Amino acid sequence: MSSIETQVTQPYKYGFVTDIDADQIPPGLNEDIIRLISAKKEEPDWLLEWRLKAYRRWTEMREPTWANVKFDPIDYQSIVYYSAPKSKKQLSSMDEVDPALVETFEKLGISLNEQKRLSGVAVDAIFDSVSVATTFSETLAKHGVIFCSFSDAVKDHPDLVRKYLGTVVPGGDNFYAALNAAVFSDGSFCYIPKGVRCPLELSTYFRINASNSGQFERTLIIADEGGYVSYLEGCSAPMRDENQLHAAVVELIALDDAQIKYATVQNWYPGDKNGKGGIFNFVTKRGKCAGINSKISWTQVETGSAITWKYPSCILQGDNSVGEFYSVAVTNNHQQADTGTKMIHIGKNTRSTIVSKGISAGVGQNTYRGEVRIMKNATGARNYSQCDSMLIGDKCGAHTFPYIDVRNSTAIMEHEASTSKIGEDQMFYAQQRGITAEDAVSMIVNGFCREVFKELPMEFAVEAQKLLGITLEGSVG
Amino acid sequence: MENKVPMLEIENLHASVGGNAIIKGINLVVNEGEVHAIMGPNGSGKSTLALVLAGHPAYEVTEGSVRYDGQDLLELAPEERARKGVFLAFQYPVEIRGITNAYFLRFALNAIRAEQGIEELDTIDFLDVLKEKLEIIGWDESMMNRPVNDGFSGGEKKRNEILQMAILEPRLAVLDETDSGLDIDALKTVAAAVNKLRKPDNATIVVTHYQRMLNYIEPDFVHVLADGRIVKSGGKDLALELEEKGYDWLAPEVAAV
Repeated sequence: MSSIETQVTQPYKYGFVTDIDADQIPPGLNEDIIRLISAKKEEPDWLLEWRLKAYRRWTEMREPTWANVKFDPIDYQSIVYYSAPKSKKQLSSMDEVDPALVETFEKLGISLNEQKRLSGVAVDAIFDSVSVATTFSETLAKHGVIFCSFSDAVKDHPDLVRKYLGTVVPGGDNFYAALNAAVFSDGSFCYIPKGVRCPLELSTYFRINASNSGQFERTLIIADEGGYVSYLEGCSAPMRDENQLHAAVVELIALDDAQIKYATVQNWYPGDKNGKGGIFNFVTKRGKCAGINSKISWTQVETGSAITWKYPSCILQGDNSVGEFYSVAVTNNHQQADTGTKMIHIGKNTRSTIVSKGISAGVGQNTYRGEVRIMKNATGARNYSQCDSMLIGDKCGAHTFPYIDVRNSTAIMEHEASTSKIGEDQMFYAQQRGITAEDAVSMIVNGFCREVFKELPMEFAVEAQKLLGITLEGSVG
Repeated sequence: MENKVPMLEIENLHASVGGNAIIKGINLVVNEGEVHAIMGPNGSGKSTLALVLAGHPAYEVTEGSVRYDGQDLLELAPEERARKGVFLAFQYPVEIRGITNAYFLRFALNAIRAEQGIEELDTIDFLDVLKEKLEIIGWDESMMNRPVNDGFSGGEKKRNEILQMAILEPRLAVLDETDSGLDIDALKTVAAAVNKLRKPDNATIVVTHYQRMLNYIEPDFVHVLADGRIVKSGGKDLALELEEKGYDWLAPEVAAV
């Protein structure tokens, strides 16, 4: 093994399985299954109808094939669409959460005990199809902030859910979004009222545990006029030989003068070094800057998953609104990523920034795909895009597909791109100066990703750096 | 000279790359305080010797031994050799994007200091060291905020190697064709810097094709390498003789080995 290879290969640290009784429905997908999921969640009729409508659309849709990824066809009838840890009774406090679940999240570094929590962060913990705990809900409620599981939101805040659900990512938006709309089982819901700056970082941690199941969660975040929230999601899954599907939807809505920062540290099981197993992460994330002077920032650090298909986007509808996308995507071994963003400029003087850093190692394939569209009435729009690729070793690939569609001549567009390579020569050079190959790779990679990491909340930036080190360990040989 | 302390002892060294034998039995002892010049025609194995000493993974030692301060050098990883004071000024310095020169150098210096049990330098203390050393090669700090060797001219890269040497203060410095691609002024600056760094307890091996550099860095010994062996050794006058006659006159000796 060359020194590059030995570095980018390290065992996945979060691959354990929690032994817990699950309430699982039979595999397969049809209207009865959807009715069953909806019934288990005691949902109102309108939501069941919304699901069924999406399902009917889905049956007429085909999987997208334009992405630069390869995989065997998915058998949607073999997936279990609902799997929840059995709860013996109604939970009224955190003390009643199954200790096995508390322990699982502890092992992942997520404490559900509020006393032990990282200060300043509230967490919604999602285990397979359901939310098992949401911390600091009461503290947040004092500020009028609603932060709860999607299921609770449907029960407790039906008007808000009904008003905004599907307004950014409609039920029939695309194949995976339609599938999600039909079967989504839980997720997080957040509402920031007018003029409130959310006092805590909010975060959702997704854990897939059951085998043969998929995870289909849906997150909806609304920042009302002048509101501000910073949100972070993390995720992991056991190591299994078969692929598992994760098809999530995230919708963000920012009204006048509101700001939402949404960060993801994605660490789903990537499969083994021969490409066996791993999560298919087919996710639709979109934010709408509905109000004037609103701002939505996406930051993502994508290190896991066998395949990532994900384009967190911004619809810049309000005048003077701002969209940002900062991304680090790593593909090692046989991982494939096709990720990027869409910035749709509709309002006047709208601005967007795209900074994408792709790192490929092993035989990984990393694709940036982005679209910047300036609509006819978007006078004075500006975009700055930067796409940098880094290759580690000589068997991986980097691909860039930037689409630019300008329909207003006042637009100012900037695009920069670069490709660099970490090779044996650089490793030897650093080693000759007393620096180990591991340190050299981590130095180079962290330097490469700095612009994106600085967008993450401090604690998570440190986590992301470590994660990147682990993900790439063994890639230098 | 009395009380010579051997630093580097190369014995019957054979090395190959990709199965091709390049070095075919080199014997050489370098003592503390000495400067040795290794000269020879293209393809004689000069750079291979430099890379083998530094531990380049592509080169395989097939026979012989190299001792450094009494220790088996060949069993050490490249970074361990570096931390023990072996420095190679590269013939072709490598570009590293994403890391500034200053950060790279501070990291390297601290790795070496950690090995020696000396406290690591923070950014501010490092800056003091850096300022002092920058003067030696006539640079200002702006060069330090650029990525390592990225976009540097050939001459700038070579100066950067000498700057690194000045900061890391190696015990054994191997300069691999540091003179190639330098104009006369740059050559003088680089040579002056190397001379300034000479100490009684360190040693330098200057690998070069031309005698030119040896006008400024005066060697104690000159060795001529041909076909992987040292075919002639002598004092600094040997370099002048080579300059005058070229390498061809040594051909019979090469053939006789």
